[in-house]
Amino acid sequence: MGRLRTRRHQVVLNRSAGGDTAINVMLLLLGILMVLPMYYVILNSFKPLDELFVYPPKFYVVSPTMDNYKDLFTIMSESWVPFSRYIFNTVLISIGGTFGNLVFSSLAAYALSKMVFPGRDFFFQLIVKSLMISAGTVGGIIQFIIISRLHVIDTYWALILPAWGTTLGLYLMKQFMESNITDAVLESARLDGASELRTFWSIAMPMVKPAWLTLIIYSFQGLWNTGDSTYIQSEQLKTLRCAIGQSLNAGVVRAGASAASTVIIMIVPIVVFVISQSKIIETMGSSGMKD
Amino acid sequence: MSKKKAKDVSRRDMTKLQWTLHLMKQNWIGYVFVLPFMVLFAAFTIIPVIASLFVSLTSYNLIQPPTWVGFANYVQLFLDDDLFIIALKNTLIFAVATGPASYVLSFAVAWFINELPPKARAVITLIFYAPSICSAYTIFQYFFDSDAYGLVNSWLLKLGLINSPILWFRDVRYVMPLCIAISLWMSLGTAFLSFIAGLQGVDKSQYEAAAVDGVTNRWQELWYVTLPNMKNQLMFGAVMSITGAFGFGAVVTQLAGNPSVDYCAYTLSNHLEEYGNVRWEIGYASAISFILFLLCIGSNLLITKMISKVGQ
Repeated sequence: MGRLRTRRHQVVLNRSAGGDTAINVMLLLLGILMVLPMYYVILNSFKPLDELFVYPPKFYVVSPTMDNYKDLFTIMSESWVPFSRYIFNTVLISIGGTFGNLVFSSLAAYALSKMVFPGRDFFFQLIVKSLMISAGTVGGIIQFIIISRLHVIDTYWALILPAWGTTLGLYLMKQFMESNITDAVLESARLDGASELRTFWSIAMPMVKPAWLTLIIYSFQGLWNTGDSTYIQSEQLKTLRCAIGQSLNAGVVRAGASAASTVIIMIVPIVVFVISQSKIIETMGSSGMKD
Repeated sequence: MSKKKAKDVSRRDMTKLQWTLHLMKQNWIGYVFVLPFMVLFAAFTIIPVIASLFVSLTSYNLIQPPTWVGFANYVQLFLDDDLFIIALKNTLIFAVATGPASYVLSFAVAWFINELPPKARAVITLIFYAPSICSAYTIFQYFFDSDAYGLVNSWLLKLGLINSPILWFRDVRYVMPLCIAISLWMSLGTAFLSFIAGLQGVDKSQYEAAAVDGVTNRWQELWYVTLPNMKNQLMFGAVMSITGAFGFGAVVTQLAGNPSVDYCAYTLSNHLEEYGNVRWEIGYASAISFILFLLCIGSNLLITKMISKVGQ
């Protein structure tokens, strides 16, 4: 809109200078509040030991060092399960869970948005209702019983299978397909004799890449943040977040390494979001819920 | 849609059931597409929620078969379980304090940055969204450490406002407000992104038309043009905010411990965990989870109904 104001031949919108200033000041203050905690932990992760325990704590670092990161890896490699194993676990769960979620959700989203069959609206209403509860908490107890009856407790499947049935990605993809794929395109493919699966795969899916990406990122982030779970007991199967939590109970000696670990865990989702931000926002454009 | 119309002619000869069966047969491929997801969704969400209602009417410890006890679990919860009442109260306080605030905050920030140039908008979006994706609330342990090296304590000591360090997460007066503030910090999530996209999606020409019609400032613009145009996003955002506000035990447990001092931040998810995962009283735990379910669904339906009435 800022641009709009300056363009000729267009209506000039009323924007008071006072309002602009007030908004910018508020943004600045809120922004500082948001950034401060993260800034401080990043700072701490580069502080040498003597600076970490300066009193009162400082908001800058005099002689930055990578020691905390080295310490972190030393501490990690001392644990009896090698650190690489935790990374492998987290990556495997994240990729496996995301892949299944993408495949099953896209198929369902396509049918729910572009096919007509009795029960379709009912299915979708169930999915919308599921967004209204945190399924892991509300159904958690019975979910545990189901997982144990499937005999997958203490295997990767116990974390991967529930991820395949999560609904937010499906919801976003269905809404996106509805507003971005015209029926005419699909109709002409069908008239050409393409099967539904083929139409789905080579016509519909390429048209909804932003929604793919959004689903992948949501799913991946959720799984990447997996911490301690009641489904996993073996140390060899635990996740990165779990391991870091266990070996760093904020002891004095490990304060620096603990900050380093927080930075490492933070950095992955942030980088992923930076890369994909515009596509995610594009997907969110159709996220609205009709009543 | 077009298929339905094409077959409309033959519909007259059939009963409703026959017609439905006919449609089902004709469009069977739709079910094939939906089936794999629905099986998983049913197994991990629908069945657990429905089953928890039935199990909540029994006494069940996973080893012996469940025995029917009617509403005894619910009676016990409300009449004979002081901790449940505390947990219920705290959960409601958390939800009421964080849900609406996070909703308004998400919208306000999205609105503030809407007219910025795209690059600046992207950077600010990242700054506000980052806390919610990292779930790095453990950072606040540095700020509210209970010794003099904790950031907040050291400032307060230096300024002479306090004489000895405050035990932030061990003091009944501070635990709840701190946990609420921290969850607000990390609550600009999906709703926030949805609002940004929604605001960007409002047709610019509508603002011009409104300006011609006599809208003179941004508040009027917000009220007469922006909000009515974003109703769907406002609805989706509300669902995200409410669900987030109820599903919020992890922050507390991590920062204040479980049980928190004097149970001052004890929530329904803590109580659920206690009976479900520690004591294995599955029937009783299911009653707790069913109450949590009713709270979530009830408040969501109420609020979305209210939003759908806006502007009518």
